[in-house]
Amino acid sequence: MSDTLEKVQAIVVEHLGVEAEKVSASASFIEDLGADSLDTVELVMAFEEEFGIEIPDDAAESILSVGDAISFIDSVKK
Amino acid sequence: MEIKTDILSGKRGLIMGVANNRSIAWGIAKACSNNGAELAFTYQGDAIKKRIVPLADKLNSPNVFECDVSNPESIDETFAKLEKLWGKIDFVVHAIGFSDKNELDGRYIDTTEQNFINTLNISCYSFTAVAQRAEKLMKDGGSLLTLTYYGAEKVMPHYNVMGIAKAGLETSVKYLAKDLGSQNIRVNAISAGPIKTLAASGIGDFRYILKWNEYNSPLKRTVSIDEVGNSAMYLLSDLSSGVTGEIHHVDSGYNIIGMKSEDAPDISTV
Repeated sequence: MSDTLEKVQAIVVEHLGVEAEKVSASASFIEDLGADSLDTVELVMAFEEEFGIEIPDDAAESILSVGDAISFIDSVKK
Repeated sequence: MEIKTDILSGKRGLIMGVANNRSIAWGIAKACSNNGAELAFTYQGDAIKKRIVPLADKLNSPNVFECDVSNPESIDETFAKLEKLWGKIDFVVHAIGFSDKNELDGRYIDTTEQNFINTLNISCYSFTAVAQRAEKLMKDGGSLLTLTYYGAEKVMPHYNVMGIAKAGLETSVKYLAKDLGSQNIRVNAISAGPIKTLAASGIGDFRYILKWNEYNSPLKRTVSIDEVGNSAMYLLSDLSSGVTGEIHHVDSGYNIIGMKSEDAPDISTV
């Protein structure tokens, strides 16, 4: 398991109050994990804080799943 | 830094506009609670309700009411509930604003009539509407506080119609202070520096604004919700008993600056 996945999972589990097993890379925040539209904004803010990165609005709009978040974070961390 | 005293003990206040734990209103609520106040909260909509109930619970407040400030009956109901709960109130914090996100980007001139009216109604008029109801419950005087931003005074990129609403709000503070002064009800605003909140996520290029403030404010940093909370605690308590009609800047001093710091890097994007 990658470091990013682990951290993203921890944030999602804490924020959405879901079980860790459900937070797979393919899980969609809204459809699979029960997030509402404010949750998605809050998650993006939490990712920015945790990873010390900036996620512009247009990128944030395309982060719909755990996997989307991980690939965006990994792409800017390099 | 969280400060704990009993400066607000025995006081009861309403906090309107906590959306989540990043909200400026939440920083104010924590400061009020840490300094002895008893609190009630309002929210709008179920999405906010599920966030605010656990937060209010952390401050031992079961008093969480739905209030849509664009609906006069809803504001009446909120204050009727407060009257039933406490009989009177000592302070109200108004931390409410709204504008169509699409218009917080680009040119102000392109604002639509409908969004202009809606923005001014929710972000400006609602404070006066709340003051009308609060006046009746502030039987022993009180303190009304709202939140504004420097974009009311000077032109800020993308702030647009919110700047016009905040300018109206700041002037409302002064007129309300005059009207309510004889009843010992004080009315003030905090003009907070930019803080990354849910509401700010709707403002275009917000990161640029934050960075610019970090580089150019006298304190060389932005402010936290706890710092705004501590200043609010002063304005809501008897510490500020001689202060009304004031727009108090809690912005690391940014508003006194005339141009970019010589040692600040040129930033076009961040």
